[in-house]
Formats: sequence, C-alpha cells, structure tokens
Amino acid sequence: MGEGLRDIWVYLAASPLLALTLTLAAYQMGFWIYRKGRLNPLLNPVLIAVVVLVAILTVTDTAYATYFEGAQFVHFLLGPATVALALPLYRQIERVRKSALAITVSLLAGSLTAIVSAVGIAWAFGATDEILVSLAPKSVTAPVAMGISEQLGGLPSLTAVLVILTGILGAALGPLLLNLLRVKDMAARGLAIGTASHGIGTARALQVSEVAGAFSGLAMGLNALATAILLPLLWNWLF
Amino acid sequence: MIFYLTLIFACQLAGELLKAALNLPVPGPVIGMVILFAGLVAKGGIPDGLAKVGDAFLGNLSLLFVPAGVGVMLHIALIGKQALAITLALVGSTLATIAVTALVMSFLGRGDAGQTEKTDG
Repeated sequence: MGEGLRDIWVYLAASPLLALTLTLAAYQMGFWIYRKGRLNPLLNPVLIAVVVLVAILTVTDTAYATYFEGAQFVHFLLGPATVALALPLYRQIERVRKSALAITVSLLAGSLTAIVSAVGIAWAFGATDEILVSLAPKSVTAPVAMGISEQLGGLPSLTAVLVILTGILGAALGPLLLNLLRVKDMAARGLAIGTASHGIGTARALQVSEVAGAFSGLAMGLNALATAILLPLLWNWLF
Repeated sequence: MIFYLTLIFACQLAGELLKAALNLPVPGPVIGMVILFAGLVAKGGIPDGLAKVGDAFLGNLSLLFVPAGVGVMLHIALIGKQALAITLALVGSTLATIAVTALVMSFLGRGDAGQTEKTDG
C-alpha cells in the first residue's frame, strides 16, 4: 500500500463505517448465495458472513475489538428484534393457547436434553471443566447463556461463541433432521428449532413459515427461562 | 413509524429495568417481548405501523448475529485444542435436542395443532 492509501485505511478503520459496511456486504453476499441455493439450510447466511469477515480481519491483521467498535451498532439491534418476536407470537396466539401443555412438556424435555447431552458428550471425549461449564447453556440465547456460564465459573465470551455455533448448526442441520424424522407440523418444527438453536434458528424458521417462526421465538424465550432456573440447580446437584 | 420504533425500544427498556429491579434470570429484551405481547393481547390486534417496523427487524434477524459470530476468532486456539469434544458435543447435542423436542411435541400436540405447510422449515 502507498502512503496515501495507508492514510485512508487508518482513517476508515477508526470510524464505525468500515466495519458496518463490511458486515452488511458480507451478509449480503451470504444471503445472495443462500437465495441462489433456494434457501438450502446448509448455506446459512450467518455462517458465510462470519467466515468471510474472519478471513478479512485475519488477513488485514485487525483485532476483533476494533471490528466490534463499528459492528456493535448492528449487534445492538438484536434487543429490539427480540422484542419484535411478540408479533409472530401474537399472530399464533390461538394455536399456542390450544397446545400450552404440549409446549411446556416438549420444551422441558428439549431443555434437559440440550444440557445433559452437551455436557455428557464433551465429558466423554475429555473436555476440561472450563469447557464443560461454558458448553452447558449453549442452546440458550446469548445474553442469558453468558450470564449462566459466568455464574457457574465458565468463560462467558467462549459461551457466546459456542451459542452462535450451536445456532448455526441448528439452523443448518435442523430442517434436514426434521425432514428425516418426518415431522411435518410447523408448530413442532419451530418449537424444536427454537429450543435447540435460539435466535439463529428462529431467523431461519421465520424465513420459511410464520407458524414455525412464532413457535421458535416462543421456544427461545421459554428455554432461556427454563435453563436459567434448571441449569444452576442441576449443576450444584451434580458437582 | 418512529412512534412504533420508540414503542419497541421502550418495551426493551422496561424489560431491562424490570430485570434489574427484580433480579430476574431472563434478559431484558425477552421480558420486553412479554411486555409487548401483553400489550397486543390487551389491545386485541397489531397496529399496521407496528407490523411494518417489527417485520422489518424480523425479516433481517440473521444479519444481527453476524458481529457476535465473528467473535469466534477470539477463541479459535482454545476451541482447536479440544476440537473433537466440542464439535461432537455441539453437533450431537443440537441434533438430540431438536429430535426430542419435535418428537415429544408431535406426539402430544397431535390433533390440536392441525394444518401443516411446506416441509422445509
């Protein structure tokens, strides 16, 4: 790079504009590929955008903290977007009311499965305690998962990453598994995706069906509550 | 439009305040979702303007996870050291959770959920 170009780079890197533009462009690219692939869940746009951005930051030797100074404006919108999940939920209020008991039982079954299977598998393959605690709340929406992880002595920032990876995995593999299991009811599909893979799964569910999106958003909220209460109890009882 | 954006932000703010005041284990935005939901139930419908703002957020929900996802670069070394255990745990547990939840719900919810749509959700 010439002197002039370097000056421009230094100038741009100091403002949020560059990180914001890169984030939007990488996502746009991911979404374009996802759409070209007819919404194939394996071409998850979050996954594509993350891979592209990590590559760019690594090549340009940019720290994550520097990137996040700009990208936090996108990150911030997760809060109001979560509030907005009340809309699809309200549109499905009749169905939710009719299956309230079924929802409660399936959610608790899913919530316990998420915790026990994650910790069990990782423990069987020799993961350290630090990883086990950080992994336990991985199916829960990031802010709650980080809080639980911290409370039990895990690494909250590692938990955040494991939560995002779980979300991408659930959004990418969940629909294929549900087809394999021949689960056709959109309420059951949404509930399962939201319990296992929180907001990223919900984002995918919303792209496909309003019913699945509503149940997924509901499951995300309920699983956050269930895990926040169950996991510390379970943990103190086991260790 | 700005009115409904303000309303959504206000629900989140109220959620954050309730969380702090009552020491609740659920994050502020999720409490905000419950508050907005209660408001919709009380009002008996979704105003057009709110639908427009809310659906704009939800239509681009996946984008909002990208900045947090890039944080994976901070922990690549730690994850790499225990890659096998972590990968198997994440994949195995995610699939098990989806299967258990969906099968229990399909079994218990038979008859009361009704219509199905296209099957790739």
